[in-house]
Parts: sequence; structure tokens; C-alpha cells
Amino acid sequence: MAEILVLAEHRRGALRDVTYELLAKGREITDSGGLELSTIVLGSGCSGFAGELSNHADRVLVVDHPDLAEFNAEAYSKVLVGVIAERKPRLTLIGHTSCGVDLAPALAIKSGLPLATDCIDLSLDGGGLAVTRQVYGGKMNVEGVLREAEGHIATVRPATFEPGEPRGEPGEVVSLEYPAELELVTRFTGFVEPPPGEVDIADAEIIVGVGRGIKDEKNIPVVRELAEALKGELGCSRPIVDKGWLPKDRQVGSSGKTVKPKLYIASGISGSFQHVMGMKGSDLIVVVNKDSKAPLFGFADYGVVGDLFKVLPALTEKIREFKGSG
Amino acid sequence: MEIVVCVKQVPATAEVDLVVDDSGRGIESQGLVQEMNEWDEYAIEEALLIKERLGGTVTAITMGGEGVDAVLRRCLAKGADNAIWLKDEAFEGSDAYATAKVLHAAIRGLEYDLVFTGAQSGDDNYSAVGGILAELLGLAHAQMVKKVEVGEGTLVVNRELEGGLEETLELPMPALLAIQTGLNEPRYVSIMGIRKARKKEITVKGLGDLGLTGGEVGEAGSWMKVQRVYAPPVEKEPEILTGSPEEVAGRLVEVFRSRGLI
Ligand SMILES: Cc1cc2nc3c(=O)[nH]c(=O)nc-3n(C[C@H](O)[C@H](O)[C@H](O)COP(=O)(O)OP(=O)(O)OC[C@H]3O[C@@H](n4cnc5c(N)ncnc54)[C@H](O)[C@@H]3O)c2cc1C
Ligand SMILES: Nc1ncnc2c1ncn2[C@@H]1O[C@H](COP(=O)(O)O)[C@@H](O)[C@H]1O
Repeated sequence: MAEILVLAEHRRGALRDVTYELLAKGREITDSGGLELSTIVLGSGCSGFAGELSNHADRVLVVDHPDLAEFNAEAYSKVLVGVIAERKPRLTLIGHTSCGVDLAPALAIKSGLPLATDCIDLSLDGGGLAVTRQVYGGKMNVEGVLREAEGHIATVRPATFEPGEPRGEPGEVVSLEYPAELELVTRFTGFVEPPPGEVDIADAEIIVGVGRGIKDEKNIPVVRELAEALKGELGCSRPIVDKGWLPKDRQVGSSGKTVKPKLYIASGISGSFQHVMGMKGSDLIVVVNKDSKAPLFGFADYGVVGDLFKVLPALTEKIREFKGSG
Repeated sequence: MEIVVCVKQVPATAEVDLVVDDSGRGIESQGLVQEMNEWDEYAIEEALLIKERLGGTVTAITMGGEGVDAVLRRCLAKGADNAIWLKDEAFEGSDAYATAKVLHAAIRGLEYDLVFTGAQSGDDNYSAVGGILAELLGLAHAQMVKKVEVGEGTLVVNRELEGGLEETLELPMPALLAIQTGLNEPRYVSIMGIRKARKKEITVKGLGDLGLTGGEVGEAGSWMKVQRVYAPPVEKEPEILTGSPEEVAGRLVEVFRSRGLI
């Protein structure tokens, strides 16, 4: 029976959340299309993963080899191209993660299959693949169709689909051979830990986040004063760190910290999915942005469409007044 | 060190109200300010830093229609030596695959040790052109590159993973690196640079010059056909607070107080 193939992503001994999200989406498509759901895990000594995954798929394919101990886009693409050629999955799903974007384009070219990246929705469409993706930093959606082909490859945005529950009956586990002739030119040599920061904003109960709307490093105090008045911490979007205006440990988002404070106030942050991934679990979200179409408003409890240079000082003032009187 | 850098002109959209155009398959571009793709600012900077250290040349290359030569002028003003503009009506509507095919056709005949792209373009957000191009050129590659060390025929790079973690890789040259933001401090364009850049030549190449046919590029040569562009539906309607900054601040203080936050 034709199948959908989900690439299981893991790092440092644990399967990553995106794997379960892909499996849930894959299951939804197989259920409506009379297909089977297979997942493939590449690693070294990964029988534990296979057991865990078997509760989520009809079949777990395992390629176990020392060269696969850590993710390596070259090794992954060279192994997967063979698996795809042989099994001809109708669709291969990969997370739109740092590993996924390193791997998927090369795999698509090697296997001669069309690829769609960063999909937020997808469905089979005859011999094609209908996808929804976002452009302009999330300000517009695009619906498109991948040309007809024997199979398609898609990278799927993390934290977009709910992870699936384990099923009653575990799927079969199948071992696949590691291709003997593989010669790799790219070598993984190690991990580099993020430097420990002064504070861990992940512990903060109140965070005031600042984005590129702040325009200049010298304006940061406008936001810092609000954070101080609230006895909260300063957080920020990535460009603020890239420019060196705040240290990396203040960055909220997929490549920074995931935070879940009781209050997150975002000022001058547009709401790219990478930022949203890091803060959407906050209890109360307030967004201050002069653009009423900023995507972040779609995640807010309270929104202020206005100039942060007017709104923030007014808020700081009112909080000080309140605290002074209280 | 011969370095080719792929750069792209994109509209600055963070602060503008985007409008779907009449075709329903794109946005109204009239009135949008164009700028160099943020990731490419870091890619060209890294190339220039390597050239300044080790010698060699930097070639900037872009594919696009009328006006995108501005991004090449910007690269020349920053210190790039050569600039190539891939310009043909047939290229319009290219997705990541078709774009990479055009770039491949232009780059394959050049001499290079390194090819740089950005990790992502700010308009299309594919994060795919670099990887496809690398594969078409048959090059070792790394995406999300946060650090580059050039050795004797080899490279050591840091690749950004999630949550602030990075990994280190060794790969042979020539190679293609897709550059992530924040790995350097992109320089400003000086008046001197702009003046010098004006005298430099931009090589323009079309479909025929690249040995491509119409079916390989544009929408015909793409993997994806765009059907509809639309503003995303809002998942959650926030309560929008209106009034003067003082009034808005007053309301928020109420909310914070009622929740015991202050
Ligand atoms: C692999 C990868 C990982 C990433 N990881 C992260 C991450 O962890 N965290 C992260 O944040 N980003 C991350 N990014 C970057 C992300 O894609 C966006 O580029 C970034 O989040 C944009 O930051 P911003 O919202 O501050 O800036 P912009 O998108 O430029 O938005 C600025 C906003 O400020 C508003 N504004 C301007 N002036 C004012 C004013 N006076 N008053 C009020 N509002 C104003 C504008 O309307 C606009 O909405 C990542 C990207 C990639 C490719
Ligand atoms: N039209 C283009 N011309 C030159 N380079 C491009 C073009 N489109 C994309 N690129 C390169 O590919 C990178 C990734 O873009 P994308 O895959 O579209 O997200 C960009 O940062 C550029 O370096």
C-alpha cells in the first residue's frame, strides 16, 4: 500500500516535538486517503526511538549506523534518497527546522521530487500536492500546488499541528541497511552550547519584549523602564541580538528562549513564527505595534495599535503611579 | 579566495499594509520600498571579510527584473569586485527551484572556492534556494551558518540549531554556505564606495546567454504554482484598546491589577 513517510528528528537522545506533530498530520492525510503511515529514524543505537515511534505509525523504518549518530544533512540525504527510490512514498514529511532546511532541498534534487518548504497546511491533490505557506514574515498566506509527480517532499512548520496521541496497536519495526558505499565529505564535530547569561528569562513572570520597532540602541531604555516598573525582565526579538543591542540570552523565539510568563508585553515586534514559537504559551499577551496588520496581534489578548514611544512611557508612568499609591 | 554571493532585492514589508493585487496571486508592489534581503547583508559581509583576510574576489549575483540592480550597486559599494544581473522576462514567477536553476546556469562557468546565499529570503521565506543550488552545483553545503573558518581546502563552520545551540561541521571546498543573520556586523555603504561603484560594470545575462530554455525557468520551470495569495485569517481577535496613550495605559493597569500582576 502506498505510504506517507515521516522523518523522525532527534537530538541528544530525545525525539523532537516536531516528529509527533508530523506524525499527527501524516495520520490525518493517510486516514482520508487510504494510505499507510511510515516513519523513518536514522541514528546510532536508536532502537528506543523505534519503540516509541511504533505507537504513532503503521511502520517504523530504522537505519542504525555509527555514521548517523548525529544529524548530518549529507548522510541523511544519501540514505533517504535510496529509501525513497525503493519505497516511493506518496509524500515525505520533514520538519522545517534547522535540520530540515539543511536536508530537504538536497534530498529533493537527488530524488527528483518537487519540494514545498515551511508549509502550514498540506493535502494531496490528485497527483499533485496542495500546500499553504506564509510569505512576507507571516503577513500573507499563499496557496499553491506542487506539480504532479510520483511523490512530493514537504517541510512543515514546527508547532503548527497538535502532536498525536499514541495508538493502541504498535506498528511493525523494519531495519534497513545502511548503504555500504557511502562516502561522506561533511563531518559533524561537536555541539557548541549557548553561553550562560546573567538571567534566565525563561523563569521570569513578566517580560517586556522589544523588537526592531525600537529603531535604535539608544531607545532601549524606553522599554527597560517599563520592565523595571513591572519588576519584569527585558526580552527581545532576534534582530536586536543580531545588532548587538541586547545579549543573546534575552532573545525570545525558536533560536532563543521559550518563555511562558504570566505577562508578555511585545513592543515593536511584528510576529514572525520564529518569535511566536517562543512566547505564545504566555498567560497574558499584550501587543503594542503601530501596524494594525502585524501578525502578532493574532496571538494577543490585548492590542494597542500605536506608537511604542508614546504608549510605553505612558504605561510606565501609570504603573509607577499605581505602585506609589499602593 | 574566489567567492560568489547570491543576493536578492526584497520589499520592506514589516511596517506596511500589504494589498493583494488584481491577479489575486501576488501583492501590490507599487509604493513598496525595496531593500537588500536581510540575510544577504550578512552573506556579502562575510564574503568581504574573508576577501580582506585572504585576498581574492567577491562576485555578487542576482536574478530579478527592472530595478534590482540597486542591490548589486550596494554590494559593489561595499567592496564587491564583480556584479552579475540575471534578467529576463522568462524568469518572472520563478519559485525556489527555478531560481536556483537560473543561478546555477550563471555560476557553473565561474571560478569559485565558496558560494554564499542567505539562509532565507524575507519575502518568499523558502529557505531552499541555497540547498538546491548547492546540489545542482554538486557542492558540499551547510545551511544556517553562524561562523566560518577557512582552512587549507577545508572549512570549519558553525551551524545554528534551535534554542541557541550550535553544531560544528567540517567540509571540503568548494562549498556553498547559507548564511544566518548575526554572524558579523554588516558594514554601512560609504559615499566613497557609492562613487566608486558607479564606475564598475554590471554584467547582464538573459535566458539565451545562460543556455536555458523558457520551460526550465519562471512558472513553467517551477515546482510550485501559486494559486492564491490572501491575508491570513486571524486565529484570535485581541481586544483592541483605543484612546490616548494615557487612557490605554490606564486600561492596561486595570487589567494587570485585576490579575494580580502589579
Ligand atoms: C532560522 C531562523 C530562526 C529565527 N529565530 C528567531 C527567534 O528566535 N526570535 C525572533 O524574534 N526571531 C527569529 N528569527 C527572525 C524572524 O524571522 C524575524 O526576522 C524577526 O522575528 C523579526 O523581528 P522584529 O519583529 O523585531 O522585526 P520586524 O519584523 O522588522 O518588525 C518590526 C515591527 O515594529 C513595528 N514598529 C515600528 N516602529 C514602531 C513604533 N514606533 N511603535 C510601535 N511599533 C513599531 C513595525 O510595525 C513592525 O511590526 C529567526 C529567523 C530564522 C530564519
Ligand atoms: N532572485 C534571487 N537572486 C539571487 N539570489 C537569490 C534569489 N532568490 C533567492 N536567492 C538566494 O537564496 C537565499 C535564500 O532564499 P530563499 O530560498 O528564497 O528563502 C537568499 O538569501 C539569496 O541568497
